Amino acid sequence: MAELKEELKEKIIAVLNLEDIAVEDINDNDPLFGEGLGLDSIDALELIVLMDKEYGIKLSDPKQGKTIFESIESMSAYIAENRTK
Amino acid sequence: MKNNVFINGIGAVTAQGIWRTELFEEASELNEAVNHAQQPSYKEFIAPAMSRRMSRGIKMGIYAAQQALDEAEVTVPDAIITGTGLGCSEDSEKFLRNILDNQEEFLTPTSFIQSTHNTVAAQIALRLQCKGYNFTYVNRSISFESALLDALLQLQQGEEEHILVGGVDEVSDHTFRLLQLIEEVKASDTNETVKTSVTPGVNYGEGATFFSLGVQKTRSSYAELVDIHIQHRVDRAELPDFVAQFLERNTLAAADVDALLLGYNGDSASDSYYVAFEALFPQAASLYYKHLSGQYDACSAFGLAAAASVLQQRHIPSRLKWKDNTAPGPLKTVLLYNQLKGKDHALTLIRAC
Amino acid sequence: MVHSGIAVTGMGIISAIGSTNEESFQALLNGKHGISRVQNFDTKHKDHILVGEIKYSNRQLAALLGITEPHNFTRTALLGALAAKAAIADAGISDVNAQRTGLISSTSVGGMDYTERYFYEYLTNPSLHPYISTHDAGDSSHKIAECLGLEGIVTTISTACSSAANAIMMGARLIKSGRLDRVIVGGTDALSKFTINGFKTLMILTDDYCRPFDNERCGLNLGEAAAYLVLESAMSLKKDGKKPLAFLRGYGNANDAFHQTASSENGEGAFLAMKKAFQAADLDPAAIDYVNAHGTATPNNDLSEGRALTRIFGDHVPVFSSTKPFTGHTLAAAAAIEAVFSILALQQGVVFPNLHFQHKMAELDLIPQTETLHRPLSNVLSNSFGFGGNCSTLIFSKA
Repeated sequence: MAELKEELKEKIIAVLNLEDIAVEDINDNDPLFGEGLGLDSIDALELIVLMDKEYGIKLSDPKQGKTIFESIESMSAYIAENRTK
Repeated sequence: MKNNVFINGIGAVTAQGIWRTELFEEASELNEAVNHAQQPSYKEFIAPAMSRRMSRGIKMGIYAAQQALDEAEVTVPDAIITGTGLGCSEDSEKFLRNILDNQEEFLTPTSFIQSTHNTVAAQIALRLQCKGYNFTYVNRSISFESALLDALLQLQQGEEEHILVGGVDEVSDHTFRLLQLIEEVKASDTNETVKTSVTPGVNYGEGATFFSLGVQKTRSSYAELVDIHIQHRVDRAELPDFVAQFLERNTLAAADVDALLLGYNGDSASDSYYVAFEALFPQAASLYYKHLSGQYDACSAFGLAAAASVLQQRHIPSRLKWKDNTAPGPLKTVLLYNQLKGKDHALTLIRAC
Repeated sequence: MVHSGIAVTGMGIISAIGSTNEESFQALLNGKHGISRVQNFDTKHKDHILVGEIKYSNRQLAALLGITEPHNFTRTALLGALAAKAAIADAGISDVNAQRTGLISSTSVGGMDYTERYFYEYLTNPSLHPYISTHDAGDSSHKIAECLGLEGIVTTISTACSSAANAIMMGARLIKSGRLDRVIVGGTDALSKFTINGFKTLMILTDDYCRPFDNERCGLNLGEAAAYLVLESAMSLKKDGKKPLAFLRGYGNANDAFHQTASSENGEGAFLAMKKAFQAADLDPAAIDYVNAHGTATPNNDLSEGRALTRIFGDHVPVFSSTKPFTGHTLAAAAAIEAVFSILALQQGVVFPNLHFQHKMAELDLIPQTETLHRPLSNVLSNSFGFGGNCSTLIFSKA
C-alpha cells in the first residue's frame, strides 16, 4: 500500500504538472482539492483518465470522483480494491 | 464628436527580449529560419497553480499585458481584445497528437481546454478579474489590426475608456515543419536576413505585444492612434488609390507622412507590395521591423510598438532603418503598412502627441 | 445604438435540419430534429454519441457551390461559403462590391478537419500539401470571400461557442461607425474528431438526445453548421429601397472571469451580457417575448444560464427554449444559426419548442417552452456563451 501511495503521488505530480511540489510535500490524508493541494475540476478529469489508463478503473460520472479523490489515502484504497491492471 | 485615442502603455515578449527603452538599440538582426522569443521569468506574474497548464503563448500574453497595463497605470481595463493567427498552437498540436497516437483513447482535457483561440484573452481576464468585453480576432496577418480597429472604434465612440489590446502567436514544432514544407518558412539551414533573403519564405518568429489604450493623454503616452483601415483585396495597380483615399479621409497629403513602417519580411510575394508603397512616399523615412521579430501572424503588434517608440523618442534607431534616408522634418506622423502575399492590407496611422 | 437598430436584410443557413431558411423553419415548426450518428468520418466514439451532422459529403458540398476538383476548401469553408452565398442572395445583392461591404466571420475549428486527417501524412505525401495552408481559422473566411468575390474588410473572430454572436456585434459596430454600408456576419464550424474528443474529455457529451434545462440532463450533442446575416446601414437600405427582415436592436458582451471552461454558479457573465444588451437596445427586460437560450444541456451551463435569466428577468422570465436539441451545439456557428432562428421566430410569430424536456431543474423554477407556440413576437433575445468565460447576448426586433 505504501508503495502504491508513493507511486500515485509521483504520477499525480507528473500528470498535473505540479511544479515545485515533491512527493514528500503530499501527506496521505491531505485534501487534494480546495485548500490542500488546490486541485480543481479540470484536475479531477485528468485523474479520471489516470485511473483508467494506469489502473484500468473506469469512472463514467465525474461526481464519483468527489469521494474517491478526497486524499491519497482514499484514492489508493479505491485503486487497491478496484484495479484491473 | 469622436474621442482621441492614445497608446499609454506597451508590453512585449519578443525575440529581442522583453519591452524596454533600449530594445531597439540593443536588438540584433535575425537570420535563423525559426526564432523563439526570449522568455522572461514568469514566477512573480503567474501563480504556479495557473502556470502549470500554460503554454508559452499564454505566458507571453499575460506578461506583455501586465507590462502594458503597469506602464499606463491601469489596474483593470474596461475591455480586452487580442489578435492571434494560429492561437494556442502548441496545445492544439498536443491534443491532436494525443488523439492520433492513442487512437482517441486516454485523452485528458487540459490541452483541449487551453487550445481554444481565445485562451490568452480569457486567462488575462481571469487573472485581472476583468468582466468587460473580451474578443479574439484570428485572421492571419491582420489578426492584430482587427483587434486594434475594434478597440479604436469603441474608444472613439466613448463606449470604453481603457482597452487592453494585443497580438500573440507561438511557434509549435509540427506546424513550423509543415510551413517549411510549403516554403512559407525558410529551410532550417539557410542563414538569410530579411535584407539578404534570396530563397522563398520567411524567418519565422513568435511573441506577444500588448498596448494599453486610453482616451486621455497621460505622461506615459507614446503616440496617438489616429486611424486604421483594412481591405482584403488590393491589386498592386490599385495601391495608389487605396492609399490616397486613406490619406484624404485623414486630411493628409503624402508629404505629411514623416516615416513609413513597412512589413518587409524577406519573401518576394509580400515584399513587392512594400516597394510599390514606398514609391508613393518619396520623402518619408522607410523603417522595418520583421527582421527583429521574425514573421508571424500577430507580429504587426510589434511593428506598432516600434513605431510608437520612434514617435515617443522622436528618433529613429538605426536598427529600424530600411533605407538610409531620414525624415525631412521633425517626426510627427508615421504610417504603418502590412499585408501578406497581397491579401489583407492594413494601414495604421499614428501621430506624435 | 440608433433605434430601431441595424437592419438585417438577408440570411443564409445550413445545419443538420436543413440547407435553406425555409427547410430550417419547417423542421423547427414541426419539431423535426437533425440528430443522428456520425456518418461522414470515422471516430471511435461513433456508437456512443449523437451529433447534428449535415448529411452532405464534402464532394457534394463542393458541387453545390460549383467548385471543381482539385480545390482546397475545408468542410468549414464549404459550409461557410454555402451559407454566406445564400445570405447575400436573400438580401438581393448581385454586386457585392457595389457598396462598402465586409465579411466578419467566425470559427473555432477552422481547417482542423484536414489537419487531423493528414497531420502526419503531410510529411511524406507532397500531393496533400495544398491543404497545409487551410489549417488556420482565417482560411475559411478567405475562402468565403473568394466565393463571394468580396474585396472589402475580411476578418474572423474566435471566442469558442460565442464566436458568431461576436462577429455579428463587430459587423454592427462597423456599420454604426459609418465604416461600412453592408456587412456579412456569422460563423461556420464543421464537426471534427478534435472537438468530439475534446468535449469527450470534459465528460459533457451525452450518449442520448440532449435535454436542455432538464433536471436529468447529462450533456450536449455536438453539431456542425454555418449561418450568415447581411446587416445594412439605413442609407444603404434607402438606396436599394429594401425592406429589412428584422433589426439587430442591441448586443452585449461580457466575461465571466470565473474559470477557463465552466460558467460561474450565479451566471455573472451571462447576466452582465444581457444587461449590456438591454442598455444598448434601450429596452426593459419586460419587452422580451422570447429567449432563445444558449441551453447546451450540460449540467453546468443550464443551471448557470437559468440563474442568470432569473436574475435579469426576476419572476417574469419570458417564454424560452433552446434549439440545440434540433441542431446540436454547433460551436462557433451556434449564435449565427440561432440568430436566424430568432429572426424566423419574429417573422412568423412562432416560439420553437425545447425538445426532450421532462423534469424541471431542482434548483430553479424554470420550465422551457416544450410545444410549438404561435404568438406575435416583437423582441427576441438570444444568448451564446463560450469557453474562456465569453458571454454574448443579441436582441432582435421585428421589422
